[in-house]
Amino acid sequence: MSDGIAGTTGNAAPQPAVRFDAVVKRYGTVTAVDSVSFDIAQGTLVTLLGPSGCGKTTTLRLIAGLEQATEGRILIGGKDVTQLSAAERDVSMVFQSYALFPHMNVMENVSYGLKAMGLKKAEVESRAAAKLALVGLSGYEKRQPSELSGGQQQRVAVARAIVLEPQVLLFDEPLSNLDAKLRRRVRDEIRGLQQELALTVVYVTHDQEEALAVSDRIVVMNAARVAQDGTPRELYSAPNSRFVADFMGDANLIDVAVRRHNGPVAEVEAGSLRLSLPHRDIPVGAAAIAVRPHAIMLSTEAGASGGIKGVVVKSAYLGDHVEYTVKTSNPQAELFATDAGVDTILSAGTKVFVSFDLDKLVLVS
Amino acid sequence: MTRPSPSESTFPARNVGAWLLAAWLGFLILPWYIVESGFLSFGWLTDFVAQGPAALHGFAGAPWLLPLFLPLLAATWLSVRRHTRGLAIAGGLALAWMAVEGLAIAHFGWGFSWLAALMGTKGPVQPGMGWGAIVYALSMLMLVAADLAGRGWCKGDRFVVGSLLLVIATLVIFVAYPLVSILSSAVRDNSGNFAPALLRQKLFDSNIWGLGCLAGGRHCGVAWNTLFVAVLVGLFSTALGLALALIALRTRIRAKWLLRGLSILPIITPPFVIGLALILLFGRAGMVTELLSHHFGIPRSRWIYGVAGITMAQVLAFTPIAFLVLVGVLQGVSPSMEEASQTLRASRWRTFRTVTWPLIRPGLASAFLISFIESMADFANPLVIGGNYNVLSTDIFFAVVGAAHDQGRAAVLAIVLLFFTLAAFLIQRQWIGKRSYVTVGGKGDGGVPAPLPGGLRVGAYGIAVPWLVLTVVVYAVILIGGFVHQIGRDNTPTLHYFLTAFSVEKGVGGWFLSGSAWPSLTMTVTLALISMPFTAAIGLLTAYLLDRQRFAGRTAFEFLAMMSFAIPGTVVGISYILAFNVPPIQMTGTGLIIIISFVFRNMPVAIRAGLANLGQIDKSLDEASLTLGARSFATLRRVILPLMKPAIVTAMIYSFVRAMTAVSAVIFLATGRFNLATVYIVGRADVGEYGVAIVYAAVMIVLMMIILVGIQLLVGERSLGRRREGAEAMPIGA
Repeated sequence: MSDGIAGTTGNAAPQPAVRFDAVVKRYGTVTAVDSVSFDIAQGTLVTLLGPSGCGKTTTLRLIAGLEQATEGRILIGGKDVTQLSAAERDVSMVFQSYALFPHMNVMENVSYGLKAMGLKKAEVESRAAAKLALVGLSGYEKRQPSELSGGQQQRVAVARAIVLEPQVLLFDEPLSNLDAKLRRRVRDEIRGLQQELALTVVYVTHDQEEALAVSDRIVVMNAARVAQDGTPRELYSAPNSRFVADFMGDANLIDVAVRRHNGPVAEVEAGSLRLSLPHRDIPVGAAAIAVRPHAIMLSTEAGASGGIKGVVVKSAYLGDHVEYTVKTSNPQAELFATDAGVDTILSAGTKVFVSFDLDKLVLVS
Repeated sequence: MTRPSPSESTFPARNVGAWLLAAWLGFLILPWYIVESGFLSFGWLTDFVAQGPAALHGFAGAPWLLPLFLPLLAATWLSVRRHTRGLAIAGGLALAWMAVEGLAIAHFGWGFSWLAALMGTKGPVQPGMGWGAIVYALSMLMLVAADLAGRGWCKGDRFVVGSLLLVIATLVIFVAYPLVSILSSAVRDNSGNFAPALLRQKLFDSNIWGLGCLAGGRHCGVAWNTLFVAVLVGLFSTALGLALALIALRTRIRAKWLLRGLSILPIITPPFVIGLALILLFGRAGMVTELLSHHFGIPRSRWIYGVAGITMAQVLAFTPIAFLVLVGVLQGVSPSMEEASQTLRASRWRTFRTVTWPLIRPGLASAFLISFIESMADFANPLVIGGNYNVLSTDIFFAVVGAAHDQGRAAVLAIVLLFFTLAAFLIQRQWIGKRSYVTVGGKGDGGVPAPLPGGLRVGAYGIAVPWLVLTVVVYAVILIGGFVHQIGRDNTPTLHYFLTAFSVEKGVGGWFLSGSAWPSLTMTVTLALISMPFTAAIGLLTAYLLDRQRFAGRTAFEFLAMMSFAIPGTVVGISYILAFNVPPIQMTGTGLIIIISFVFRNMPVAIRAGLANLGQIDKSLDEASLTLGARSFATLRRVILPLMKPAIVTAMIYSFVRAMTAVSAVIFLATGRFNLATVYIVGRADVGEYGVAIVYAAVMIVLMMIILVGIQLLVGERSLGRRREGAEAMPIGA
């Protein structure tokens, strides 16, 4: 469970590539990043995930030096860079819009950073050519950015960023300008390149599926703070809050009361529903359970495990699965469920019994 | 592969060292005061003691220069200890002391009369500042910048802080300080004594505010006269501009030529030319007057000299400006909104009334206020065609050049005029700017603009066509008028006027330019060419700072930079005379002061061109360059500047052409040696030599047209044409 989490491994942990130490960023009275701390281990891909306006892009720009922290410290490779400007930090960034210089061709774009460092011409060219080959764009050196497809433009942006061999590579929503089919491929390419070169990558996205697919670790942000920080698996199966549960894939949140703890389990009650679930240190009192859509089973007959009564309000056929909205009265809830069984589709108005796959229910505070 | 380590960059040794060296140079070697024989003649080297550096002057009669040694020493000590912190205090003290001693000790003694009273002596004297002072002050300013950047200002970027301080310093010296000089001169009597009571008397003088005309008297105060004409011109120009904009964008004509022609005309036409043409048409001996009196027996009169003439000339001159503002506004109204209205069963008329009109209303107010400001600021038309009808701008001029030579009165009139234009400018920016619904530069959506309702179309044509006809006639008169004996009366062609002005003769030493217009024309072209790159550079740098950097006081900075748009040329002229006639900065009578007035008068145009261009360059390009290790100066040079070519070209052309056609400010500053084309033409018209004046104006118009078209062909039609319309159509401060 803890693979990839920085600083938790016992063997002498190397310096984290990036360390945020209680970083605050304020614009006037607005706090965009509020006391955020995390470590990013070298050679891992960590995603900053959250809804728009949660502060994830500001966090990324704080790493890059494009914004200056109001309070707190930022360390890159163990060195305090809080006061340094973007040009002085050993960090490169791939922008959402790619930000390719329109008046330079592919080669000039990729060699821009090397020239800014003042390297010799021959070295600039050989290094730039090597990185262009790495992203599969050899032969495109003389093209203008406007003559490339969206996917190619992005590869140029990646080549331009990695040519400086930065300690940390930043991606700001790199897939948002690509069409749906290309997204999966580019996503896999980025992940492949990161693993091949053992790059440290910080990746910003608002798409939880994308985050789950590429990340070693995910930092979920909400309202300028870190909501949860963990592996994809931890976040999906053991969210620590209603927000994370809901944000990491749809979840039905049912208000419940925790009656008592009984060893490792808590006895939970909501209307006619009574369940025993791992208590996860959630105290007796009001709480909620997060129910994934695929953990809900609908049946027209009362099964052995009983279940609560409900009525199908809506059903939608989506090819490989069916989506249902079911209303239950006790506890009163409107549940969103998916069912892979497309042979029998329950129509609206059908009375059903709702039961849950207990292994997939999570108690959250 | 590692980038320069931060420890190397904490103390900018090379930067600070270079500026320190320059400061020492300015203090120890360069002549501190103006060298009469000219700096570049290097005569000061032979007479080093008398015309030498501050260090020598300090021990020879100018001990007030010695304190400037201390900040220099302190800064050097700090840099030896590799500290930037503290440089701001040293530099700030040095600059503050320079301002104090410079203003307190003038070339005629104490700079303030209370100082003379206090000391009881005439006081010491000193001439204006020279190269030593300039280099010393600039170096100190840059040392301040190094300190502030070290404290994290503008993300710790020395280049940005340095340019910001430099632009602010030049704005303070060449925009704010002259205005303050007006104020200070308004509170003194003509012998320079402090007399606040006199200000009250002058400010509320009946010549300015009198309402005699309402009570049947002959004259109203000059302030009311000016206001009256400005309101009339604002209303007419806006109405005409709207009619033309509607015709250009919302009828089948969609005339490209109309758009293009109207966007070029006001730029290339020297402002008084229209007044001149109106005199030739409607004056006592004018073409139309002649015709009417000959055929219909309508008696000749002088009706054109006065409100009617000024208003007509200004409406003709400023309608294109209102038109360009309104075209921009009308283009910003998304056709899909009008389509939405029509799909909701609204008729064309109802759509116009309930959707289009409310959306363009703020734009109409903008167009009105801009025409209003232009009319108030216009100097040449009232001068040429105003007759006995006085307006503020001409009164200011006559207060200075006339027999009265009352600088105090000129200053008071300038304050009144400035009050009006700045008020209009503030309303335009603060109130209307925030009410604008029109999205500028937003995503264009599809859709075809709704055609105009029938009645409105007829109305638009009804007012626009006569205006267009009159414009064509006016320009025809200008272009032809100089090549006939006396247009209207004696239409036999002649080259007499042309040859008087532009003849080239062969003399003993070969060919030479013997025409009377050549000296002023070559001088104008020279000064305009020199001012061109500086205007573009400082304007675009300001635009870059405004668009790309965040710093405290940004709004105030923007206001100061754009304000010079609202300062009428006559006010600039009088303020430059008042401020730069005496030390510490003594420039009157030089070509430099004309160049500087060109630069700061035309700077807002370059700023607007720059802002429009920068708005189209994604900020992530700068950021990408920064994260790739290029600092802001390298980013500016290698990424932003190459992408700003359209703005650079626009700013250069505009500053050149506007410098060529400017008259109101430079009429105060031009001298016999530094005579200018426009001033020369006004002079000819003033003494009734219309032939030469008209021929010269025609040559200027043609010359400017050739330059514009030539550059357009050179740079490429598309990028330039698009940019120019965009830049000009933008309302002030947008």
